Amino acid sequence: MGNVIGIGAAPKRKEDQRFLTGRGNYVSDIKRAGMTSGVFVRSPHGHAVLRGIDKSAALASPGIIAVLTGDDVKADGLGGLPCGWGISDAKGVPMKEPPFPMLAQSKVRFVGDMVAFVIAETPEQANAAAELLAVDYEVLPSVVGVLEAVRPNAPQLFDDVPNNICCDWELGDKAAVETAFRKAAHVAKLSLVNNRLIGNPMEPRAAIAEYEPGTDRFTLWTTSQFPHVVRFLMGALVLNIPQHKLRVVAPDVGGGFGVKQFHYGEEAVITWAAKRVKRPIKWVASRSEGYVSDRHGRDHVTEAELALDENGKFLAFRVNTLANMGGYLSTFGPNIPTNLYGPLLGGVYTTPAIYCNVKVVFTNTVPVDAYRGAGRPEATFVLERIVDVAASEMGIDRVEIRRRNMIPKDAYPYQTPVLVQYDSGDPMGCLDGALVAADVKNFGVRKAASASKGKFRGLGYSTYVEACGLAPSRFAGRLGARGGLYESATVRVHPTGQVTVMIGTHNHGQGHETTFAQIVSDKLGVAFDDVDIVFGDTDRVQFGMGTYGSRSLVVGGAALSKATDKVIAKGKKIASHLLEAAEVDIQFESGKFSVAGTDRMKTFEEIAGAAYVPHNYPLEVLEPGLEEQAYYDPVNFTYPGGCHIAEVEIDPETGTVMLVNYTAVDDVGTVINPMIVEGQLHGGIVQGVGQALFENAVYDEGSGQLLSGSLMDYCMPRADHMPMMKVATHSTLCTHTPMGVKGCGEVGTIGSPAAVINAVVDALSHLGVTHVDMPATPNRIWRLLQNASLPAAAE
Amino acid sequence: MKPFAYHQPDQIPDAAKLLTSIEDSKLVAGGMTLIPTLKQRLANPPALVDLSRLGHLKGITDDGATITIGAMTPHAVVAASKLVQAKIPGLAALASMIGDPAVRNRGTIGGSVANNDPAADYPAGVLGLGATVVTSTREIAADKFFLGLFETALEPGEIITAIRFPVPLKAGYAKFKAPASRYALVGVFVAKFADGVRVAVTGAGPGVFRVPPMEGALSQNFEPTAIAAIKIDTDGLTSDIHAEADYRAHLVTVMAKRAVDAALS
Repeated sequence: MGNVIGIGAAPKRKEDQRFLTGRGNYVSDIKRAGMTSGVFVRSPHGHAVLRGIDKSAALASPGIIAVLTGDDVKADGLGGLPCGWGISDAKGVPMKEPPFPMLAQSKVRFVGDMVAFVIAETPEQANAAAELLAVDYEVLPSVVGVLEAVRPNAPQLFDDVPNNICCDWELGDKAAVETAFRKAAHVAKLSLVNNRLIGNPMEPRAAIAEYEPGTDRFTLWTTSQFPHVVRFLMGALVLNIPQHKLRVVAPDVGGGFGVKQFHYGEEAVITWAAKRVKRPIKWVASRSEGYVSDRHGRDHVTEAELALDENGKFLAFRVNTLANMGGYLSTFGPNIPTNLYGPLLGGVYTTPAIYCNVKVVFTNTVPVDAYRGAGRPEATFVLERIVDVAASEMGIDRVEIRRRNMIPKDAYPYQTPVLVQYDSGDPMGCLDGALVAADVKNFGVRKAASASKGKFRGLGYSTYVEACGLAPSRFAGRLGARGGLYESATVRVHPTGQVTVMIGTHNHGQGHETTFAQIVSDKLGVAFDDVDIVFGDTDRVQFGMGTYGSRSLVVGGAALSKATDKVIAKGKKIASHLLEAAEVDIQFESGKFSVAGTDRMKTFEEIAGAAYVPHNYPLEVLEPGLEEQAYYDPVNFTYPGGCHIAEVEIDPETGTVMLVNYTAVDDVGTVINPMIVEGQLHGGIVQGVGQALFENAVYDEGSGQLLSGSLMDYCMPRADHMPMMKVATHSTLCTHTPMGVKGCGEVGTIGSPAAVINAVVDALSHLGVTHVDMPATPNRIWRLLQNASLPAAAE
Repeated sequence: MKPFAYHQPDQIPDAAKLLTSIEDSKLVAGGMTLIPTLKQRLANPPALVDLSRLGHLKGITDDGATITIGAMTPHAVVAASKLVQAKIPGLAALASMIGDPAVRNRGTIGGSVANNDPAADYPAGVLGLGATVVTSTREIAADKFFLGLFETALEPGEIITAIRFPVPLKAGYAKFKAPASRYALVGVFVAKFADGVRVAVTGAGPGVFRVPPMEGALSQNFEPTAIAAIKIDTDGLTSDIHAEADYRAHLVTVMAKRAVDAALS
């Protein structure tokens, strides 16, 4: 029995005790009786015809149980992996949606594409047998870059997808934008690349599948952010397993960042195989395997133009993007660079006309899908970079040009020209707060100090907004979503007053077990320690769409809040009976039901006890028990935003960029646990800094080999890359979520890349540098400096 | 990992005998390169000969004009050694820059030198200081030891037992870390002796190498400015996704200047 710990408090995270003491229960910790080991044989080629697979040597290998290939999948008449979104072009023509077989059939389309599943008694035996599998490939030329893929003579991935274009998507009023450009006093132009990223969650993906013949039920344990969605997609659309015969469990999961929010072929293959071999099977990806099979993120090439009047007011914004989809459509793939990108191009500005064209392109690379931020970092980067370019070209201060175009606080709700309506916000307030927190007024002093050491110092701003809390189902359905995007929660009050919550979101590092317990503790007045949060098991949790898109608190928390309100409402009915007072006179506060204006009261525990021991209870009109469920479908996205200010110091001798100061003032709505919010912001910012300065997935054009296929070559941000961050909130309340929350999981990743690159460009602007592509590595900066300083040297 | 036999001899001759009698067997010291290779199934030795029971290969001794470091001495011990810090601070600094704490506590000087990774730090220190590689059968001068990419003068069955470093007047190491791996993208070791200066470069090419023009200039004037204008030929330098050869060549000069600075400070 502990204390109430409510909204706004910062208790230590409940879940950390078990993680820090090694008592977490991850997929690879789970052992089942008679468990076998499976490994996937993956294509070593970016693009090849699959001429045949000779299983004989592998089948003769010690300990071998089975070797399954695409032909076996075909023979069983099973489907491929479904795409959860169907987008269309401007004429309403649906995207090209070629099949994504769960094991490759006739062709492989990226290094890592799965060609066989080998099952043996031990992992060593499975690996040894996999090495003996003879796969006959006819290697074809690969195309990995979007610019190359749309060229006339490029290798074609699919016979019926001309020029490798999946969809030629657009948004906005093209004619209005053209008119505005004709009237513009100035047009700023920018070409940029948004670099391809690899998520690298700490825990690699893993799965165990088991089939029980007695009940004809399957169980899949998987490293997933959304077990119910896996059950639906895999059961209903891939393996034809009825929903009640399939249990999907996502136990403790060690980080997701989006990488684990897709239905992967490995999940379908292992579940199908478990019934075939009549034994449980475990598969755990190696880190290297993750590099070539975890869905990648970003990978855009963009041309943008901003039209301004003579005062620097934005008149229109035009964006043309080529977005890489990789070799197949992943679960949310085509939604990310379209619906989660175009609608964010308004940013925090009053730009009246916006047009966006996105060509979604297939290439011989790992499929690309959502990665923390998903579409919104890409939109923010384009917009916040071109605002700086325009300011520089027009000789307007970068803060001033933002102020002149910002949506004022009193103009909310604000309808943008690109679908979304912001309910609330105060970008100017965030900017003002950040300017003070970052000590911008003394930047000149710091710049001079750097210059005296031969270093270049720069300051960069990113004033941004994002859309999260995915998503209003009706709105998403119009945009092409093939599922609902609500969330559900059940609040089960036990006879003794403790509470178990079953919620459809999934905790894999976000601290839900703490945040959600605080909401319940606050609303019901029960002790924080008396609330447990259950998630990640389709047999225990009623339903849910899982965790992604900063939706858990916004949508799941809302469902939890509603269910808790229902518990209070029922409690009032019980109290009204017990206290012999009218229901309207019953008040509930601090865990006590009382009759207004009297000292007559019943505690929450007493009401719970009465509900389960209904001797004195209005059974004629009220069911016993105290358990309530709610589904919540949001009415709008939420729109967190803020101002990030990065300060860098560049060593011109080596090209090294040091991030020396970082300030973020964000509007995330109501804060439930400030410590957790701060942690989410810190992590998000570091991930964005990773994109800006370090991370880059590099493929070899022609062969399709992933050159950055390990932690030795793919640079993750590290603690010593980061300064102490100054993080604060400047919140306005969301007008349509029950608690005024907006979400905070992705803001750091969305706001930071532009702030960092704007700072790098600022540091080099005296040399005529106007843009630096990400990641701003020492090699890239040094090369820019060589080119920039050539004319000066020649003089 | 594929199955292999595992031997843990407690005498050098036994280890040498195992190594020569079992074809393709491998020595394991700290295992910092070998174990990951085994885990990725890229190597398939029938047997591992573990040197960890050869206690006398661990430790640092002061011989007056030289310092001898046993082959099985971990990097962390060298980095923290008061003796090395006092006599060859540049070498202690180099050891402190290798990998991360886990690597420094497992990885050994003998293993690093025998492996001769083109981006490892120790080869620059060994060549830069003109050290002597002491083996189970002979002594090999550093200039004759490093033969190229992962290649050394070691004969089959020959085991490094120690490295003997002459104590310089001054020495320093500067390393530009590869962003992801933190191996040396370019690392330069400079050492000043009574009879001249040695400059050794790691990371930039397929193997550690000396830079005679810098050695000449620094022998005249041991100051960073003495080599600021010396450019390295890009021929034979490494180009990869992290750095092209011209950037590596540029960094050699920058790191050499910083190594001199470090030696002087």
